[in-house]
Amino acid sequence: MLNDTQMPVWEVFCQSKTGKPYEHVGNVHASDSEMALQNARDVYSRRGSVVGIWVVPSKYIISSTPDDMGPFFDPGNDKIYRHPNFYKIPKGVNVDVH
Amino acid sequence: MKELAMSEDPVRLAEFEAKISAGEKIEPKDWMPELYRKNLIRMISQHAHSEIVGMLPEGNWISRAPSLRRKIVLLAKVQDEAGHGLYLYNAAETLGVDRSELLDNLHTGKAKYSSIFNYPSLSWSDMGAIGWLVDGAAMVNQVSLIGTSYGPYSRALVRICKEEAFHNRQGYESIATLCNGTDEQKEMAQDSLNRWWWPSIMMFGPSDKDSPHSELSLKWGIKTESNDALRQKFINQTVSQAEARGLVIPDPNLKFNEVTKNYDFSEIIWDEFNDVVRGNGVMNKVRLKARNEANDDGKWVREAAMAYASKKNQTKVA
Repeated sequence: MLNDTQMPVWEVFCQSKTGKPYEHVGNVHASDSEMALQNARDVYSRRGSVVGIWVVPSKYIISSTPDDMGPFFDPGNDKIYRHPNFYKIPKGVNVDVH
Repeated sequence: MKELAMSEDPVRLAEFEAKISAGEKIEPKDWMPELYRKNLIRMISQHAHSEIVGMLPEGNWISRAPSLRRKIVLLAKVQDEAGHGLYLYNAAETLGVDRSELLDNLHTGKAKYSSIFNYPSLSWSDMGAIGWLVDGAAMVNQVSLIGTSYGPYSRALVRICKEEAFHNRQGYESIATLCNGTDEQKEMAQDSLNRWWWPSIMMFGPSDKDSPHSELSLKWGIKTESNDALRQKFINQTVSQAEARGLVIPDPNLKFNEVTKNYDFSEIIWDEFNDVVRGNGVMNKVRLKARNEANDDGKWVREAAMAYASKKNQTKVA
């Protein structure tokens, strides 16, 4: 049980201001969630601009792999009719919220 | 080295090199040549080791800073270096290497760190000189490296460069204050410049033709500018900074070249650099001993933390 490890890895997400998305900033090593939060605070907020932190054990992050990138994301890439510019509105009328 | 590169899947290799040429970043899960991975692990981890070891020459003077302001500033700078080391170890780990292995390599002397940190910090004005020259040189290198092809390394460097902005400013401010002081203070500043100038310009490494890893590093976008180009950039920007303070750079052949618009300088004597890289610098053994002691002395903390975490059965991480 007692062995000298560098402790498990946690991914860190920070929020720069309330209302903004949490952004991945890197990771920390920590033995538990309390240490992970403190280490994340020490490593990623020395210049301020952090109002919230999430830490997640790295093993719980599931990610897409680059080789998936073609077929997995294909369906969303060529449906140009999901974009507003696809539609031609006659001149003289503004249908957007203004 | 070329043979090893050629043993990679040619289709994958071509796709990879096309990405590099297009200026796209390579991310952790992307296919990459084994040599790219190995070179990056070596380079990023040695950069990380440099940050951690770099805390030592400056840590040496925290207790002897001449004012509270200087003490707070030096503490903040050294704290930053620890943080930068951590950003870089994290970036190296995304390549599939364990931190224990990286630290082992440092502690056994197998891994290198920037040889500049094997020089001793002998006087208070060395704190100013280190901030001005060593961080100044590091910044030239790091700003250039933001363009590196590996995503996590590039992102770490963006953070590092933002934070490092105050490091060389505080150093130059300190040197400027000394130069405005007593004759003794000004002499101390000049003495620091005399001792730190050549090691600082040697930080950029040998000419690329003499540097074993440069060819592949440049080809695969790990670095985007040559050692000599970066060294010249640093010298060009620093000469007038010294002149403005009435300090003399210890190079009788330093002269602005009207044709090239660069400063010409004396041939670098690489013997000393090579000797220090081989482990024979004044402080090599001292630095390694300090890091080993820190690691050994901290072992009980790591073990206790892990034991406590298991006992409390926190968010299962083991």
